[in-house]
Amino acid sequence: MTKVLVVDDSNSIRDMVSFTLKSAGYQTVEAKDGLDGLSKAKSSNFDLVISDVNMPNMDGISLCTELRKLGDFKFTPILMLTTESSTDMKMRGKSAGATGWLVKPFNPEKLLATIKRVVK
Amino acid sequence: MSIDLSQFIPSFLEESFEGLELMESGLLDLQRGDNETIHSIFRAAHSIKGGAGTFGFDNVTEFTHLVETLLDEMRDGRREVSSKDTEILLDSVDCMRLLIEAARDDEEYDQDKVEQTSKRLAETLGDEQTSADESRSKTDVEANNVCGYTINFIPEHSLAKTGNDPIFLFSALAELGQLTLSADTQDLPALKDIDAQELYLSWQLTLYTEADEAEIIEIFEWVEDECLLELVPIKAPSTTSANTSSTESPSSPSSTLTNNEQQTEPDSSQKSTQDIEQPPKAELVIDSTAEDNNITSKTKTKTKTKDKGKAEVGSIRVGVDKVDSLINLVGELVITQSMLSELGNDFEMEKVERLTSGLEQLLQNTKELQESVMRIRMLPISFAFNRFPRLVHDLAIKTGKEMELVIKGEQTELDKTVMEQIGDPLVHLVRNAADHGIELGDVRVANGKPRKGTISLDAYHQGGNIVIEINDDGAGINRETVLAKAVEKGLIEANAILTDSQVYDLLFEPGFSTAAEVTDISGRGVGMDVVKRNIQSLGGRIQVKSTLGKGSSFKVHLPLTLAILDGQLVKVGTETYIIPLIAIVESLQIDNKLINRVSGDMVLYRLRDDNVPILPIYQLFNLATECTEIDKALLVVVEADGQKIGLMVDDLLAQQQVVIKSLKDNYQQVAGISGATILGDGSVAMILDIPGIIHMALEQAQQAQRVKTDGNSSVTAEVCL
Repeated sequence: MTKVLVVDDSNSIRDMVSFTLKSAGYQTVEAKDGLDGLSKAKSSNFDLVISDVNMPNMDGISLCTELRKLGDFKFTPILMLTTESSTDMKMRGKSAGATGWLVKPFNPEKLLATIKRVVK
Repeated sequence: MSIDLSQFIPSFLEESFEGLELMESGLLDLQRGDNETIHSIFRAAHSIKGGAGTFGFDNVTEFTHLVETLLDEMRDGRREVSSKDTEILLDSVDCMRLLIEAARDDEEYDQDKVEQTSKRLAETLGDEQTSADESRSKTDVEANNVCGYTINFIPEHSLAKTGNDPIFLFSALAELGQLTLSADTQDLPALKDIDAQELYLSWQLTLYTEADEAEIIEIFEWVEDECLLELVPIKAPSTTSANTSSTESPSSPSSTLTNNEQQTEPDSSQKSTQDIEQPPKAELVIDSTAEDNNITSKTKTKTKTKDKGKAEVGSIRVGVDKVDSLINLVGELVITQSMLSELGNDFEMEKVERLTSGLEQLLQNTKELQESVMRIRMLPISFAFNRFPRLVHDLAIKTGKEMELVIKGEQTELDKTVMEQIGDPLVHLVRNAADHGIELGDVRVANGKPRKGTISLDAYHQGGNIVIEINDDGAGINRETVLAKAVEKGLIEANAILTDSQVYDLLFEPGFSTAAEVTDISGRGVGMDVVKRNIQSLGGRIQVKSTLGKGSSFKVHLPLTLAILDGQLVKVGTETYIIPLIAIVESLQIDNKLINRVSGDMVLYRLRDDNVPILPIYQLFNLATECTEIDKALLVVVEADGQKIGLMVDDLLAQQQVVIKSLKDNYQQVAGISGATILGDGSVAMILDIPGIIHMALEQAQQAQRVKTDGNSSVTAEVCL
């Protein structure tokens, strides 16, 4: 089963992403910020990471950089969930090793369609 | 597949309101250049915007976008944090709250306010007002006769390092139509030189599809700057004839699609490109999302109306530790239960000791469980205190007085229902303190006080109660002004002699207001009496202390919870009644010498310096009892509204905690009874409504008095009620 790590400081967004993924048959683990996400990533393997950018403690870009340093996450797709669709933000994500980005407002059907580009 | 996200709306709303509170408190103590605070304010706005967009609350999204832009400038240091901006942002927070509430209740909101604020926001932001969608350009095109594309996909070697995998892209493409592909292996180095983490292949794909270019490019969205991508339309057979020239034209692919020059070289020979027009792509992407949004918002409105009825059900956020402790306790309860039922299976008398210990354990478990469940309803009072910094901030601006708010004990826990109902009375008290209490700066300085006034809020536990204090170091309550006003309003006689506390009680009389003129802050003449009534309906009381020139102090005593009450069980005839322990002053055996019969049916009892009217409960509720002689009965002296009364009962039974069941919900409201409970033996006992009973007794006495006066000329004015 495809296992997804969902990192977002907003409870409702996290719940929604998680709910959407679960209803499509994915398994999810939630983390409330970058730091939490990193520690969960270290204790388990994931097939996909979906992370918000703006978060307390550790933001999504730093999380991405940190994850790429871990052997297990070298090739794991990491998608940034962001309202900032600016190219600047995308470039920063890319250079940190992000696979792609999902632009909020969050649309469940679109989310499922898009993540098929990186996982089964 | 359609996924209904409306179930997440309540949690989004709750989170948004929390976010707004966070923004507000952040803005109130925003220090210049205090980065962490700005960041957290920004994040709150950002989350609200994101969520609102998802649920189709478009006006929230639009408005919040402006707020976010302003905050973003502050966050990046492009804008100095000025008090003017902070004020605008505070107003914006109010507008966001309005908008979100309107979205929640599906109702109209104050459009003027929102428009004004958003105009001010836009002005502050200046001309750089982001109008992201301006760049939309004309649509055109869509060559009708295209039946597919040839796609050249030449990834950078490092593509896999960002977690992308071509195979998923291909399977996404395959969903659009019929896909054939061939891999180009010419870049593949000798085996010994291969780096397993690099990607050496490139592909040529042919896709027969009805999908347009934009959809295909969107699939490659995440890799477009890490690869060379070329799309060549395949014309439908009817028009293929004239097309050869364009296939051979060496026009370079548009720059967004290429990024890597070295990679293009090996393939330049086979490269064939059609001029790819960018504008249609942008247009189509926007269109499709807009459509999606419409659909979501439409379904949202539908579900909203449907859910409206149950939207009233509040929710509580409970710490995981509290839930865990509950689960633990339930576990223990189950163990105890299974032990007891095993014991019951083949019970013999010699096992009675084990039975008692088992029952004791059960008692312990139940008690702990009860405490834990009650704790779930307990929230720190900071939830109620949170709105005060903003309130005092606004009041200071409105009144032109300098003042600060000091909050203490915000971690003190209080039942959620009590908390919700105490909010408004507290607001009123704080407003009064700011409006009537604190003096103008100059006056304060002239009186030798610091220019800045202080209002303090404090909460702490005392016995089974919570006490909330509202103190100010203002002018204090002027006894003479209050008396003069009360005389003017006809509340008291001109020559009445009152103690200080009686004078302060006048403040809570309906229609009493000492403010020289009615302001929009306080002094509307409604208020203090409502404050008192609200507090009393929660089973609490309020005390006033004041020193002229030094300040005033309002103390609100409240029960910790409304669901459970510490009660004294008393016996009257065959019935058992419960008197709330908090109302009881003392219980005593009646001494015949101290009984004082006055006119009418009123019997007074001399209790030290007080005369306390005696009210036999059997008379009140028309009960048959053997114990009608006053001197054989017991007297329970209770107090409410500063008025004491002695309840005559047959016997005092145990003191215990009782769970309050509403009589109104299960039967109907009965005067003198505030509720009922079920006792250990399964019988129902009524809980006495002490303020109600005192009120009834007073009315009865007055009536009796009137009848007496009318019918008989001998007037006795001894009744000191």
